[in-house]
Amino acid sequence: MNMRVNGEDYQAETGLTIGQLLHRLGLQAERVVLEINTNIINAADSTDTELHDGDNLEIIQFVGGG
Amino acid sequence: MLIKGTETMDSLVIAGRKFNSRLMVGTGKFSSNQAMQSAMEASGCEIVTVALRRVDINNPGDSMLQYIDRERYLLLPNTSGARDAEEAVRLARLACAAGCEPWIKLEITPDPYYLLPDPIETLKAAIILIKEGFNVLPYMPADPVLARHLEEAGCVTVMPLGAPIGTNRGMRTRDLINIIIEQANVPVVVDAGLGAPSHVAEAMEIGADAVLVNTALADTPNPALMGEAFKKGVEAGRMAYLAGLGPQRVKAQASSPLTGFLREE
Amino acid sequence: MSFFDLLQQHPAAELQQRFSQVETQDIDRALTRSKLSLDDFLCLLSPKISDSQIETLAGIAHRITSQRFGRTIQLYAPLYLSNECHNGCKYCGFSADNHDLRRKTLNDDEILREAEHLHRQGFRHILLLTGEAPEAAGVDFIEHVVRLLSNRFSSLSLEVFPMSREEYQRLVNAGVDGLTLYQETYDQVLYPDLHPYGPKSNFQFRLKGPERAGEAGLRRIGIGALLGLGDYLTDAFYTGLHARYLMKRFWRTQVTISFPRLRPAEGGFAPRSIVSDRQLTQLICALRLLAPDAGLVLSTRESAELRDNLLPLGITQMSAGSCTAPGGYEGDESDGEQFTISDHRTPAEICDILANRGYEAIWKDWDGAFTDQH
Repeated sequence: MNMRVNGEDYQAETGLTIGQLLHRLGLQAERVVLEINTNIINAADSTDTELHDGDNLEIIQFVGGG
Repeated sequence: MLIKGTETMDSLVIAGRKFNSRLMVGTGKFSSNQAMQSAMEASGCEIVTVALRRVDINNPGDSMLQYIDRERYLLLPNTSGARDAEEAVRLARLACAAGCEPWIKLEITPDPYYLLPDPIETLKAAIILIKEGFNVLPYMPADPVLARHLEEAGCVTVMPLGAPIGTNRGMRTRDLINIIIEQANVPVVVDAGLGAPSHVAEAMEIGADAVLVNTALADTPNPALMGEAFKKGVEAGRMAYLAGLGPQRVKAQASSPLTGFLREE
Repeated sequence: MSFFDLLQQHPAAELQQRFSQVETQDIDRALTRSKLSLDDFLCLLSPKISDSQIETLAGIAHRITSQRFGRTIQLYAPLYLSNECHNGCKYCGFSADNHDLRRKTLNDDEILREAEHLHRQGFRHILLLTGEAPEAAGVDFIEHVVRLLSNRFSSLSLEVFPMSREEYQRLVNAGVDGLTLYQETYDQVLYPDLHPYGPKSNFQFRLKGPERAGEAGLRRIGIGALLGLGDYLTDAFYTGLHARYLMKRFWRTQVTISFPRLRPAEGGFAPRSIVSDRQLTQLICALRLLAPDAGLVLSTRESAELRDNLLPLGITQMSAGSCTAPGGYEGDESDGEQFTISDHRTPAEICDILANRGYEAIWKDWDGAFTDQH
């Protein structure tokens, strides 16, 4: 299936879960925030949620800031 | 420290929560996560600000969160990057979804050159976020009337800038901050532009409740030593304020006596 | 926190003790502060102040007033609508116990005649006064009068009985922009003695009046203690405390302070203390330093000479050509008056005096059109 992740095209197999995607990207669910199709998702609570074709994901993390 | 029972008589109280340190630290611009951590430790701070950004999925890197002990520091996400109220509100909600307590430093800076805070969008966003249950700490221009509006809306502090972000120019807005301090019923945190321990001491001497420093701690070869210097600057300023600084002599200037009539028969 | 709660934080006994500790160097230090703390203010009220310190105090008060207000004095006139009253205030000519007083509530024609008289003299800021008698001159009556007069005058203020927030709101909608409400004395023990019966005997309801007015959005709120009723020093301090509280809480509202001074043997009432000219001067100047933006109001209770001397020391508003009896401008001015006035100069004379002393008389400083209320 085709998705967009952080503004880039991303291809993955159907049935991919959030948890699997994050693992693949080397990210920890507790340390990121997700927006899927403009809905804010608590990543740590949603690791088993499946992603779908056409989903638009924003993966956001904390960085240094003043 | 946030450790209960160690609060002093002169604790900083924000939204009912007590803090011993009046120095807040921003975590941006550090050369490394280690540098950031050593500055934080040396500063004695209890509140640190962080920002939210997209992960670079091709190169995710270390999460800086692993360098911040959540037992020791209150994480205060900011909405930097937001150019209007809508973006700021979205960032605040994202921060909350990341498992942070609902404290947010509202920072709306549409102008990328000086990063000055937008007063109108800030008030708009504050009103929305307060309704949603956030403790809002708004970064704002040193405008006393805006401070009254933000306080009235329910912000738990006001955070007027000392000078534009990153300029290290100190208390350029001192006269206006004086007025804000006089009129505020919530803690006043001077944020931005404080580049030297003398600057933070000055802010504390005139009665500010706390300060927030970032650039000065990051842009130095020795962040730990600088962190400690700022810690002492804040403490010195606060102590002088509590002790009551000596008066600067002022003379009356009437040319002829104004109260002579009281002594005439 | 209400002002009543704040008041409890400064018990009179503690104030009195603090007053006894104030030394001349404390007064000196307070005189050098650019921003007064409450304790500095207390020091400046101290009876230990020397002649040269009072001169310094006056100089600073003069400078601050000039900077903030310029060399202008706003003129207003009181218009008594009614002297009927159910309260038994021991010091007031309108007291229900005063059976000799000719009671009167003006009708529309009489009100308009009085108003025309004042309008001809140049007044555009009017203070409407009544006693406390709801059936004769209650909220409905006052609202009616406000609507009657609002197109003739730029500013209508009230010095009447304390009302609820909703009632203040009604009157704001009708065109009132100011309120004056004296607590008389902030001494909670003495207050019931002086106000033994009637609605005014409720200390807290009256105390909270200015706060309800602030919540209703009144643009100007005036307070004051009747000097001499209670212990002068503590009432003076509480007046400053009250002003500061209102200014901090109602930041869009201008706070004014008045200095009604009880004169000896008024209506047979013996004041607890006589407040001297020197103390009055000291209070006015100290308040100017405590609250640089507050309006300070001097009425015609005071003599012409004293008023002229107090002009440069912080006063921003004065009444002129006043009459304290309902219908007294066009009729008999001493028939049914609340108190005897001392300064009998006409508004025109006062304007001349002001001009000679380098002050401009301001007749009109506001217009209802700005708020499009009526």
